[in-house]
Amino acid sequence: MLVLNRVGKTYPNGVRAVDGVSIEVELGEIVAIVGGSGCGKSTLLRAVSGLDQPTHGQVLLDGIPINAPHEQIGIVFQEPRLLPWLTVADNVGFGLDHRPKEERERRVAAQLERVGLTDKAKVWPRELSGGQAQRVALARALVTRPEVLLLDEPFSALDAFTRVDLQDHLLDLWNDTKPTLVVVTHDVDEAIVLADRVVVMRPHPGRLEDEIVIDLPRPRDRQSAAFDFAKRRVLAALDRSLGRAASVDDRETQTAHGAQMWW
Amino acid sequence: MSLVLMSSSAAPDTAQGDAARKSLARFVRPGLGLLLPVALAIFWEIAVYVGWSNGRLIPPPSIIFNTFAELWGTGELQSHSLATLARVALGFVSGVVAGTVLGAITGYSGLSHRLVDPTLQALRSIPSIAWVPLFILWFGIFEASKIILIAVGVFFPVYLGVMGAVMSVDRKIVEVGRVFRLSGFEMVRRILLPAVLPAYVLSLRAGLGLGWMFVVAAEFLGASQGLGFLLIDGQQLGKPATIVAAIVAFAILGKATDTLLAVATAPFLRWEDRFART
Repeated sequence: MLVLNRVGKTYPNGVRAVDGVSIEVELGEIVAIVGGSGCGKSTLLRAVSGLDQPTHGQVLLDGIPINAPHEQIGIVFQEPRLLPWLTVADNVGFGLDHRPKEERERRVAAQLERVGLTDKAKVWPRELSGGQAQRVALARALVTRPEVLLLDEPFSALDAFTRVDLQDHLLDLWNDTKPTLVVVTHDVDEAIVLADRVVVMRPHPGRLEDEIVIDLPRPRDRQSAAFDFAKRRVLAALDRSLGRAASVDDRETQTAHGAQMWW
Repeated sequence: MSLVLMSSSAAPDTAQGDAARKSLARFVRPGLGLLLPVALAIFWEIAVYVGWSNGRLIPPPSIIFNTFAELWGTGELQSHSLATLARVALGFVSGVVAGTVLGAITGYSGLSHRLVDPTLQALRSIPSIAWVPLFILWFGIFEASKIILIAVGVFFPVYLGVMGAVMSVDRKIVEVGRVFRLSGFEMVRRILLPAVLPAYVLSLRAGLGLGWMFVVAAEFLGASQGLGFLLIDGQQLGKPATIVAAIVAFAILGKATDTLLAVATAPFLRWEDRFART
């Protein structure tokens, strides 16, 4: 279980990016963190990854405090961040360097097949499209079979079609080993397609605004009424978090009886 | 482009069409660079031949070629070239080693950067030739002072290149290494070293160029061998053709070693995603 215990981050210049965020994530759960820009969601994720240290509180993975990058925590960034001097296969196998060659090659080949890029194994990263490169980044993070996979706006740089495609693909990959996923995103659709639970954050400083459980069966139909309903709830929470109760998106009054219809 | 077409249509059988013209163009295009020097050489040859100039101070190509062949025949050219080449090689290797080690350390560690870099930058602003008298006092007039002078010349571009490259390695890529918990040594071997390689190769080539520059200065100091000595000899004996022959030898050796370096490092840089491919 991944536990964030009143995690706070104050930068040396005095800016409080995150303040007292507590979240508990069960093994195999998918949590999406959404919020306006500057709500500290990326800062929070970096603290969980161990790349940055929180200044208050702590992050615990199965009871062990995380102060530095951990073997069981993988991360996929907004950019693929592939190493341009390694072939696709070597990029995927980057975290398996200490394993025997035979095992490494077998696992890399299997993972590449899972992301559908077997034919690209020998090419340089420069020859990949944006979506392919991000798939390689996913494969690189998953090949070490981490318990927790963090994703920091992983598909935000991709076009809409590729994004939807990769969201489904991510769920498919998640099904293999069922790791815990924590996805930071500003795309409400993405949060609802992926997550069991959507955490909405409020900016300045970053705090928890609301938690919305998305109790829809997978695969989720992006066009369904239930999906739309969940989306409105998240959007309403987002509006509240930004202090604009009466914006166009806030159809809470409508969804109030919509909710009755749904339940 | 029109030149290429002209020269290809001037070739005897181009009736075969596009394919032949294209393959011919591939050979002709690099040859374009030869056009200007060859034209100048032919012009000067003719100018001396018809008597517009006596060609004593600027000997025509035929005389230079004869001198070159003569020096080659007596084996002088080879022995002088070898002496110079050995000095450049020794100076280059020592300069590269020192520049790489110091550049990597000052680029990697902030403390050593603050500690060492200001001193080295101050030393860099001294024209290297200014060291010559001191080097002669310290290391004598023989090989040591020459090689050290060359090494100093090679050191600075390599040092600056390596330091700058290490410092500007993309933080995002370094973070990938951190996520996979690489040790300090592993981080250098698997992330920093490959990341700085393109800039490193450039600085090596810049260093090599300076190495060739400084070998001339070093050999002016009183050598009994080497292409620089040949230059001085030609001056003192009033033989401009010898001087030009030595210069030509410098050009050939300099270009050859640079090409060698570029070719030798090319396999390590195949992954580069860059604008110009040569």
